[in-house]
Amino acid sequence: MTAPDKRVTTDEIVGEIRDGMTVGIGGWGSRRKPMALIRALLRSSAKDLTIVSYGGPDVGLLCRAGKVAKVVYAFVSLDSIPLEPHFRNARQSGAIATTELDEGMFLLGLQAAAWRVPFLPTRAGLGSDIETANPEIKTIESPYTSSPWGLEPQASGGRSTGERLIAMPALELDIALVHMHRGDRGGNAQYLNVDPYFDDLMCMAATKSFVSVERIVETEDFLKEGPVQSLRINRLMVTGVVETPNGAHFTECPPDYARDEAFQKEYAASAKSGEAWDAFRAKYLDVSESDYQMLVQS
Amino acid sequence: MSTATRSEVVAVAIAESFRGDGEILANPIGNIPMIGGRLAKATFEPLLLMTDGEACLVENIMPVGVANPPKVIASWNPYRSMFDIVWNGPRHVMMGATQIDQYGNQNIAMLGALAQPKTQLLGFRGAPGNTINNKTSYFVPNHSTKSFVAKVDVVSGIGYDKAAELGEQSARFHCLPRVISNLGVFDFETPDHRMRLRSYHPGVTVDEIVAATGFELMIPSDVGESRLPSDEELRLIREVIDPNCVREQEVPNPQSTPPA
Repeated sequence: MTAPDKRVTTDEIVGEIRDGMTVGIGGWGSRRKPMALIRALLRSSAKDLTIVSYGGPDVGLLCRAGKVAKVVYAFVSLDSIPLEPHFRNARQSGAIATTELDEGMFLLGLQAAAWRVPFLPTRAGLGSDIETANPEIKTIESPYTSSPWGLEPQASGGRSTGERLIAMPALELDIALVHMHRGDRGGNAQYLNVDPYFDDLMCMAATKSFVSVERIVETEDFLKEGPVQSLRINRLMVTGVVETPNGAHFTECPPDYARDEAFQKEYAASAKSGEAWDAFRAKYLDVSESDYQMLVQS
Repeated sequence: MSTATRSEVVAVAIAESFRGDGEILANPIGNIPMIGGRLAKATFEPLLLMTDGEACLVENIMPVGVANPPKVIASWNPYRSMFDIVWNGPRHVMMGATQIDQYGNQNIAMLGALAQPKTQLLGFRGAPGNTINNKTSYFVPNHSTKSFVAKVDVVSGIGYDKAAELGEQSARFHCLPRVISNLGVFDFETPDHRMRLRSYHPGVTVDEIVAATGFELMIPSDVGESRLPSDEELRLIREVIDPNCVREQEVPNPQSTPPA
């Protein structure tokens, strides 16, 4: 076999992230987030980042650590703790800029970037304060007043003729960071939980995409892990791959492991004061990944 | 069966909001809405399809508040497929609302100004796309002048006035069937789509609802009480759908009558 070897280290990945870059982060809420890569990013000097995420503790941690200039989001939540406390503090103190989106608009922005088109049309967002908050988002009028082929289904009831729609701009990323269950040395990657989220779109929307995986396996062993449909990310989408066991901790990564709810509570409590954050940071973030893993597994 | 508690009346009111929906995805979000939606499927709307709260669509009546409940999985519905259903249309979602106004504009995003909110909440989530694409109802467990407001700070889900501004074509899928609170049931079936009191829950007065509402509510002269659960509905709620009584924590009974 002549597949490439795209294995890299977390430090090499973080070394690609320069000040001011736009970084897309995979997963959803407090689910299958590339936390080992986020922890490495927290230890780096990178700053003024624009973060694009179906947000969870990735967003909260980066905001609290002063890495973020702007967050592009539809929600930021820890799931079992509905509101992300560090993100709330950052918003309420005015520390960060934001772009507010509907969850579906967010998907279409990633899809547009992945397909290399400047926008995708949607009805989602019309009339809401998404339009007010984002005057830069334009609307378009459908160029069709009727079907160009005379297709008029009898039950269509006047389907989209000359309709005004939101032109959701492409969410183009410099870097994508995602976490999957299994990967091979070439960067093909597999998810084993029930939802792929939008990790493949994140990868295709980015100039450079990095995948952390629970375990690197031989390509021929993928189908021992899960069905062929679970091979969601192919190596054409991927710049580098790194093995980070327990690398989504403390977010959930079933079937390998559940969310560490006790740790998540401790994390949330660190938003209560500067002292609480300093203690949390000193104990869990100003340490190496291997020390972190020893701490959380003891 | 003993007297129905407030949460059981609310569950039935929620079930009623799905009446007539037929074969669509009933997508109530939160425990009380899920109890109501599953009650509708278990009784008068058997064709409803519902989620397991994760990434599957199920055919059985799943209990809430139970670890590892049995599931009869009928389909796979990860987030990406959920957006397909939203945009394709056959869905009735019931969301929460931190604030709602007389035309049904909903805010779950933040309190205060967008640029620097006083209180950051969830964000817009899927509310803009839901309200412009499929039926959207709301459940508000804490009816007060803080939740039923003259003007929402931020419009996440769009109301009938915003829909009218968009015009008939853009807003042709906009539909807000019901708002259900701990005090009563509301709809927008008025000439200008202002919110109307549809029924008040037993034990609540119209005056109490008016005092707890921050805008002028349309009150039909013949408005009556929300309907009580039937014995079969009470049995389904208590024994099948919510055996651990999660409902009483979320909508406590004002008379503090313990459930049977």
